[in-house]
Formats: sequence, structure tokens, C-alpha cells
Amino acid sequence: MEKFTKISSPIIPLPLENVDTDQIIPARFLKSTSRDGFGENLFRDWRFDKEGNTNTDFVLNKITEGEILVAGKNFGCGSSREHAAWALTDYGFKVVVSSFFADIFKGNALNNGLLPVQVSEAFLQAIFDSSSELEVDLEKQVIRIKDTGAEESFDISAYKKHCLVNGLDDIDFLLSNKEEIEKFELNRN
Amino acid sequence: MVRKGEQGPDVLYIDRHLIHEVTSPQAFAGIEKRGVPLFRPKQTIATADHNVPTQNQHLPIKEELSRKQVEALKTNCEKHGVELYGLGHPNQGIVHVIGPELGITQPGMTMVCGDSHTSTHGAFGSIAFGIGTSEVEQVFATQCVLQTKPKSMRIEVNGTLNKAVTAKDIILYIISKLSTSGGTGYFVEFAGSAFESLSMEGRMTVCNMSIELGARGGMIAPDQTTFDYIKGRDFAPPSGGDQWDKKLVYWKTLVTDADAEYDKVVTFDAADIAPMITFGTNPAMGIKISDKVPSANGDESFNKALDYMQMEADTDIIGKPVDYVFIGSCTNSRIEDLRAVANIVKGHKKAENITAWIVPGSKRIEAQAIEEGLDKILIDAGFELRQPGCSACLAMNEDKVPEGKYCVSTSNRNFEGRQGPGSRTMLASPETAAATALKGFVTDATEYLN
Repeated sequence: MEKFTKISSPIIPLPLENVDTDQIIPARFLKSTSRDGFGENLFRDWRFDKEGNTNTDFVLNKITEGEILVAGKNFGCGSSREHAAWALTDYGFKVVVSSFFADIFKGNALNNGLLPVQVSEAFLQAIFDSSSELEVDLEKQVIRIKDTGAEESFDISAYKKHCLVNGLDDIDFLLSNKEEIEKFELNRN
Repeated sequence: MVRKGEQGPDVLYIDRHLIHEVTSPQAFAGIEKRGVPLFRPKQTIATADHNVPTQNQHLPIKEELSRKQVEALKTNCEKHGVELYGLGHPNQGIVHVIGPELGITQPGMTMVCGDSHTSTHGAFGSIAFGIGTSEVEQVFATQCVLQTKPKSMRIEVNGTLNKAVTAKDIILYIISKLSTSGGTGYFVEFAGSAFESLSMEGRMTVCNMSIELGARGGMIAPDQTTFDYIKGRDFAPPSGGDQWDKKLVYWKTLVTDADAEYDKVVTFDAADIAPMITFGTNPAMGIKISDKVPSANGDESFNKALDYMQMEADTDIIGKPVDYVFIGSCTNSRIEDLRAVANIVKGHKKAENITAWIVPGSKRIEAQAIEEGLDKILIDAGFELRQPGCSACLAMNEDKVPEGKYCVSTSNRNFEGRQGPGSRTMLASPETAAATALKGFVTDATEYLN
């Protein structure tokens, strides 16, 4: 996994609530057996019409530069498909900002080097209002609106932060616990 | 728990791992790339359900990508020693239907699957939750996942349910009250007389939709109903012997502590629950079927939903014309659901404007339906009885509701395009779906219940 420390980027604003993983990547595009190429169909039914023409009103078709997606609360609800995180990273996103994330999506994002940054409702609104570039500093756990200088700190588990900063994943950690796991198995119900 | 994390998540041991064709191939590829073997293949069971056709399952799958995905599951299972109930196998079916049906799901177990509706298995008092593919790979490699302990929520429904109210109505009611994020960060326990009175099938319907509250899992304490259901099933401890008695003693300890403390407690009155239906594009946008579509409130997401559904605020939902009726999915495709539908449509014909699909959750349910003669009743009523799979719940296969068409569906999600690009889904119970199929428009099933 790629290491993550700090990022500064224009934002792509998606001020909708409850953006579910079926919107992020519709089920009919889950037929691949590899992790690659899902970015092509990210937000497929919002980006394109049924004939495959570009929907010029949709934000991804209006703003093409930006590695930070900013969305309304409860982002990533619904299906557990990790393909949603793969589609976002494959498209080029490094950070998703929202006032609230669905649990499984949040875990999937972290397992793929995509940083979910949870901010307050007020700060989210401030981001939408400014549409400025954002700075996200993982080591300091601070998100900053460049134009206004407004800042907010965000939470992340110490373990996950360590993984992201060092580009490690959970399996490396779990494999190092193998002996304990085997011992545990002996006394299981 | 193998190990308590000092600064991070805990290492949680997984008793049973269920896999399917869509979320497992990248995990198999992952362990192969690392050169790590599948640690405990006997604790993993596979089936093909998400992306399989529901007609002519004996023939090769027509669509190339789908065929390759189902073939990849077979190859991977053979290579790594995992038992597969693939197409044509008498145990094949929707992963959350076959787990309980075969007795794989038992109280007190930890269970995971790369599917958010794994919460279904909580109906047996097991700790069951959906995981992503990276976590599937973790379980392959170590039989463990890393988990942070969730907060706890008790949802209590007491009192006597109205006669026409089903398990599906109870959970749609709860979600409409708590929102699709009301349970995020929590593990839910459903308790109270309303749940105690439900069959195992009903309890599975309730726990199945915990994730639609945002909760990772939902559970109901096991009781005699649970033990009676498990007894005699393939993977259950052999009944009449020491093993069964020993397990039973353990299972009976899995009751809610009288002094249990929860981070949150919510209480509802069973008498307030009525048959429910959704009008919008998330499962919390549900109303009593006799109510009107709520007023537009200036909220952008709400208005977008009404616009997508082409629903008019402040109008009756009963009487709304419908094009499709789908009875199936891990929420409502069990034998009890099929019986409920057959009971309503027996001797009647579906309306001409309706296409009605009924997709049993498993091969065993299909066989039982035929044994009970339900197939004839359903076919006589004009329903298409399909072969087991997830089908139009997520429309990965060819079972798609066309653009702009309305479908009253017994599944669990009404997201935009969930049942096919541009499709409009209204979630409801099998009873409501059956009555709607007969009339051709949204119908309260109460009049059909005897």
C-alpha cells in the first residue's frame, strides 16, 4: 500500500446525503475478478446517461482536477462492496471528506489507502461554501481550508494511522499473531 | 477474542466464514500473491448466488464476465480446499439463506461474509457482520479479522402486533424512525415480545436489515424457537446425543444479562406498527401503507429522491400503479415467505400490467415449495417461479427492472438504480407484494388475510 502523509488538492464537492455504494459503483460493474479498472464506472449512473453520453451537470464532469471528494453525511452506506473504495482510488481520489461515514465503507477505504476524514457539519458546510483547496495532514490529524485558513482536527485510530503513514496493511499485522491464534483455537467452544 | 488491541483494534477469531463469487476472487488472489495458504479451509463455505442466472441454471452462463466470475469461484475453491455449493448443487442458494438452513449458523458463533447482509445470522444469537474483500483476505490468511468494539444499542418492541403486520413491517418501521445512519457505530440487540413471537424466518428478516440502520450487526437472544429450528439440520450437532446436549447447555447461557448496560436504548410500541412501504431512495424513506407520501421539505437529497421516484408529495401511496413485483432476496425468500404469497394469490390471477418474479432463496426451498404444491399455486396466478439466487435485489444478472418502471420488492434496498438502471423500487413485505401483484397497484394486503 502507498504511504500517506499529507495532501493539498482542489476539492470535488458532492453535497448530497446518504450516497450509497450502489451509486459509487453499481452492481452490474462488479463482475471483474481483479481490483483494477473500477474508476471507469465510478458514479456511473450519475456521470453518464443510459446511452453512455456524459452528463455535463454532474460534478465529476465539471471539475476534473482534484484528489479530495467532499460529500454530505452518511457517505458509503449500503453494500459492503470494497469495489466502492477501489473505484474511488482508481479514479484518483486520495481523501473523502464527510460529516459521517458508514462503518464498512470507512474500513474498506482505510484498507486501501483512501483516507476518510470526518468533520463537523459546520466545517463541512464551510468547505462547500468556500470551494477552496484543502490541506489534509495525517500526521497532525488536521484538515485546513486554504482560502480561509479555517482548520479542524479529525480522529483516526492510532493503529490505522500507523498503517497509512507506513504503507502497511492488516494482514501483515495479523500474520504476526499466528502463534497466538493457534493457541486460541485449542480452547475454543 | 484472540488478542485485545492495546492501542488499536482487537484480533477477533472467526468461527464460520461464508463466501460468494463477487467479493472473494480478489481475496484469493491476495493470499496467492503473498504466498500464504488458506489457514482454515474447513471453516469456510462457498456458494454462487449474487451473479447467477435464475433461469436455465443447468446451461453454461451466457454472459462471459458472469460465467468467468462463477468459474473463478469454482477454481479457487478447488485449489484451496473450500467446500462449494455451486450452481446445480442441492445446497446452493443465497448465502444468508443456506447458512441457517443447513445449520451452519449457530448461537454464540462469530460469522463473517463479504456481504453487508451477514447481519441476518444474528437472528440465532451469533455475532455476524459483513466485511470487505481485504477482510475476506484476512480471514483466509489467519481466520481472524481486526475489529474495534462497537457501541451497543437495544431496540425493544413490546406489546401485541397487529394481525397484518409482518417481520418486514417491523424492521421497515424501525428504520423509518431511526434513519439509515441511526445505527452506525452500533451493534444492535432486538428484544421484547414482538421479536420473541416471531419465527426464525421472521427474526432473520429483521436482523437482515440491521445494516439498513447503519448497524454492522443485529442479534436476537436464542431461545426455544432457535433451538427447535437448528435441531436436525445438516451441520447441527447430532440430536439425541451428548454433543447436542452439550451445545444446548452452552446456548442456553447466551441470554441477555438482567443488568446489561447499553450505550443506547430505543423502545417502540408494537401496536403502533402497521404494514409499511417505502416511497423514496433509501430504506428509511418508509411510511405506513395507508399514509400519504410526506411533504417535500426543501432538503436537496429528499427532493432528489421524490423526483427520481416520480412521487408526488401529499398523495396516497395506495393505488399507485406498479409494473413489477419481486419476491426474493436474503430478506424475504424463505419458505414462510413463499407460503405467505401463495396464501394470498391462491385462486387469483395477477393483474395484466404486472410482471411477477418469485425467486426462492435456495434449492432446498425450491424443492420444498414444489413438495407443498406452492409452485402450482404461484404459476396458476401468473407468477414466474425462478431458480435460486440474489436476482433482482441487486440486478447483477439479467433480472433487471427496466428504466422508469415501478417494482414492489421484498428485498432490502431501494437505492437509485438498485434493481436496474433507472428502476424505481418500493420495499414491502411479501404479503403487500402479493396483494399488489393481484391488483396491479400498491395494495394493502389486509383484505386478503383470513
